Amino acid sequence: MPKVRVVIAKPGLDGHDRGARVIARALRDAGMEVIYTGLRQTPEQIVSAALQEDADVIGLSILSGAHMHICPRVVELLGEKGMRDVIVVVGGIIPDVDIPRLNALGIHGIFLPGTPMQDVVEFIRRNARARAESVPSS
Amino acid sequence: MWLKSAGTIQFDWMKRATTADAAGQRSFRTISGRTIDELYTPADVAGLDYQRDLGDPGQFPYTRGIHRTGYRGRLWTMRQFSGFGTPEETNQRYQHLLRAGGTGLSVAFDLPTLMGRDPDHPLSLGEVGKCGVNVTSLADMETLFDGIDLGSITTSMTINSPAAMIFAMYLVVAEKQALRRGSAQGGAWQTLSGTIQNDILKEFIAQKEYIYPPRPSMRLITDIFRFCAAEVPKWNTISVSGYHIREAGATAAQELAFTLRDGVEYVQYGIDAGLDVDTFAPRISFFFNAHSDFFEEIAKYRAARRIWAHVMRDRFKASNPRSLQLRFHTQTAGVSLTAQQPYNNVVRTALQALSAVLGGTQSLHTNSLDEALALPTAEAATLALRTQQIIAHETGVTAEVDPLGGSYFVETLTRDLEDEALAYFDTIDRMGGMVAAIERGYPQREIAESAYAFQQAVESRGQIIVGVNDFVAEDEASIGILYIDDTTAERQIAKLQRLRASRDNGAVRKALDALADGARGEANTMPLLLDAVRAYATIGEMCDALRVVWGEYEETPVI
Repeated sequence: MPKVRVVIAKPGLDGHDRGARVIARALRDAGMEVIYTGLRQTPEQIVSAALQEDADVIGLSILSGAHMHICPRVVELLGEKGMRDVIVVVGGIIPDVDIPRLNALGIHGIFLPGTPMQDVVEFIRRNARARAESVPSS
Repeated sequence: MWLKSAGTIQFDWMKRATTADAAGQRSFRTISGRTIDELYTPADVAGLDYQRDLGDPGQFPYTRGIHRTGYRGRLWTMRQFSGFGTPEETNQRYQHLLRAGGTGLSVAFDLPTLMGRDPDHPLSLGEVGKCGVNVTSLADMETLFDGIDLGSITTSMTINSPAAMIFAMYLVVAEKQALRRGSAQGGAWQTLSGTIQNDILKEFIAQKEYIYPPRPSMRLITDIFRFCAAEVPKWNTISVSGYHIREAGATAAQELAFTLRDGVEYVQYGIDAGLDVDTFAPRISFFFNAHSDFFEEIAKYRAARRIWAHVMRDRFKASNPRSLQLRFHTQTAGVSLTAQQPYNNVVRTALQALSAVLGGTQSLHTNSLDEALALPTAEAATLALRTQQIIAHETGVTAEVDPLGGSYFVETLTRDLEDEALAYFDTIDRMGGMVAAIERGYPQREIAESAYAFQQAVESRGQIIVGVNDFVAEDEASIGILYIDDTTAERQIAKLQRLRASRDNGAVRKALDALADGARGEANTMPLLLDAVRAYATIGEMCDALRVVWGEYEETPVI
């Protein structure tokens, strides 16, 4: 069975990467293939990394309040590149009022402060497995 | 009232405690993983010599505090970090905090400002005014402090990579206010007091808001040391910060060790730049986190004072007592705040603040209950300030100087933390100092390990966080939060466009060229930045002029 491939990215200008790094490590310990992009990535760079890495999942860590600018752009770029089947999940400080707006973009994995790592692992397993299994491993 | 069923919760807790006891595995650990004995006795402090290791408050090695009279002489400064949206909005919040009894200002800048980008830069998309106030040019700084006399308050500014640029803007505002009053400009600077964080090493280690590589970044800092020693003698030129190191996941001992070793690095760079240690060391201050483990935090502050006094006297041969006295600001732990049951955060913050007071902090910021969700509302920020006022005026803890001094437990913890920190000093010294250690990724890796270990403790419920992994409420009502709308960016960009159309762009170009030339050579960059600021050069333009000369730092991402 091919491993689920996850790109973890820190978009925007913020450098607080504790969450991104802890999650990256938890996903790796859970048996996934994890690529961490590092800091200050534009949506274009993130989608390009996901394309190159043949990622099943993009995990965005956003604490700065820029999520309503960054998430729509990532989803739009995935559409343009024919990568609509890549699952986008977001972790960070996301006000309640923005959650339905993110859902409307097709983003359902939204993880707020205090989320157990296991919940993130299970969400990704549940939602990404089908895709990972349908892609022939190279 | 939050809990669905008190009976269920109690049963759950009792079952877990009993199981652990039966297996004989129940150990008591601090939040940093330190094992705590059941009882500390005189045997634990047998090697402690009062005069040598503690001293009275105000006496070397200042373990019991730097002031003889503690808070009897003067309370700590209640300094609430705040800033959001436009300078106009933040100015209103400052006027509110000062009217509510705040005794100092503390400016939170937004990410574009912290990263030296103008609001119309592509990387500023969605970030303008979100995490703090946007300040693009001198015009914004004038608005930010409109109606606030800089001569009669102290201001702390959390700014690091572009600290010199923002400080230059503040100095010019002070100069203009003094000129309007009819005083001389020089007089304004000689008495001006406040702090710039200006601590780039912890940016590389923890918070990651860096622009230039470490070595030119250190040059900007020594330029400020030199400039202030002559021109702005009462200004705190650097606030060496453990806060962000702790927030990134460090243990208490790592926070203590890396922060003080950063301090050692700054002093060494100052001396290497040709400065006499006693001309700049008295203006170095520190900034610590107040996390949740009550006694470990108190011991941390006490150990910090003792280590610093010894380092400054023995390693650097400083002789001015003020060079030996570690002064610090404290902020309660943002990372301990939970989005779940947010009112619990008021209690966490109060207890953390009390540890900082019992540890002898010089100034304090208490977090607001809504900060795991957003920037605080005015009501939440007021309650956070009230928390400090209750500690100061109702609890009685300010009557006694260092009430915990001599406690077998606290003195043992203090010594153990000191020993751990000094072991880190040795490791970092062997690597060739903190800049070299950072370039090898050493402190970054140590912190990442601790962060992961903590998260695993939370997952396994070895560490309980009320409302998150125990005592969870089923249905939580949401609370009202501050929402920064996107018109902030539009308004700041519009102002910037008007500025670019109205200022003397020839003068701006000339000042920026002089700045770049100075950076290529040996000139002090501060006077050159002041000229650029007076010409209304923007933060992005000034930082870009130096980006061209020094390049930008990129870390190798590791997980």
